[in-house]
Amino acid sequence: MSKAVSVLNGARYSGLATVEDAGLQGMITLRGDLGSKALKAAVKAATGAEVPAQGSISVAENGAAAWMSPDELLLLVPYEDAVAKTAEVAEALKGEHALAVNVSDARAFFRLSGEGAREVLGKVSPVDFDAAAFKAGQFRRSRLAQVAGAFWLNGDGSFYIICFRSVGEYVFKLLSAAAHPQSKVGVY
Amino acid sequence: MLILECPYCGVKAEETELAAGGEAHLKRYGPGSSDDEFHDYLFMRENPKGVHFERWRHANGCGKWFHAARCTMTLEVFGTYTAQTSVPTQEIMDKIAAKRPGWTWREFADGKK
Repeated sequence: MSKAVSVLNGARYSGLATVEDAGLQGMITLRGDLGSKALKAAVKAATGAEVPAQGSISVAENGAAAWMSPDELLLLVPYEDAVAKTAEVAEALKGEHALAVNVSDARAFFRLSGEGAREVLGKVSPVDFDAAAFKAGQFRRSRLAQVAGAFWLNGDGSFYIICFRSVGEYVFKLLSAAAHPQSKVGVY
Repeated sequence: MLILECPYCGVKAEETELAAGGEAHLKRYGPGSSDDEFHDYLFMRENPKGVHFERWRHANGCGKWFHAARCTMTLEVFGTYTAQTSVPTQEIMDKIAAKRPGWTWREFADGKK
């Protein structure tokens, strides 16, 4: 099999904030009843993380689970394990009304860090990024200018951003333009 | 700017995150209905100045459909509620009645169930 590479293969831009291609990330879309015991156990087994509360992400050492909608989670696992973990989750949820799909190669994954991270993301997304409104651990699906995207805030003040791989280059250029050193607004 | 709170994910989403889905609580007339009923179902829409019920989809978000009750004149939003209903919830009806006594919209009206 050919070698897998992430959408922009480690591209990086530094301005008001640093935008970088965060590399390959295993992602599993899981739909089902988020309250069911079997699903909670399967999520825990696959990622080490608990099922997150509405609008948040629960992060464990080697994985994470993000709340996408009332019946959907996004499981983050190491890229190499995505295929095996998808099969494990599907096996664990046999008989339940649930579906797990490996979407790792359909997505692009970026990291936005530095002091201007809130401002840069605030320029392209209709979300309140005030420190009091958007806190670490919060996960939000929204849009990045013209395309759909999702992001969450880490404890260190950096954002991880997920979008479709087909628009990965667009999102990288968009964030880079928003992070232009002479484009400071100074809102956040 | 219209800001609606998605009842499914609790996000206060502004208009650009949402997709408008037209009038709410339409009763569908399909095979077996009369031509007039089918015509009305297809073409006749409310265009009120005041209380209005609409369908919206949280397109750039959880992707769920929901209902919203708002005022077309002041853009005041009375509330949003689940899509799994064919009538506005009592809570929403009460909220509207408190602010617009005597309101009517299609077969729904102040004080009517």
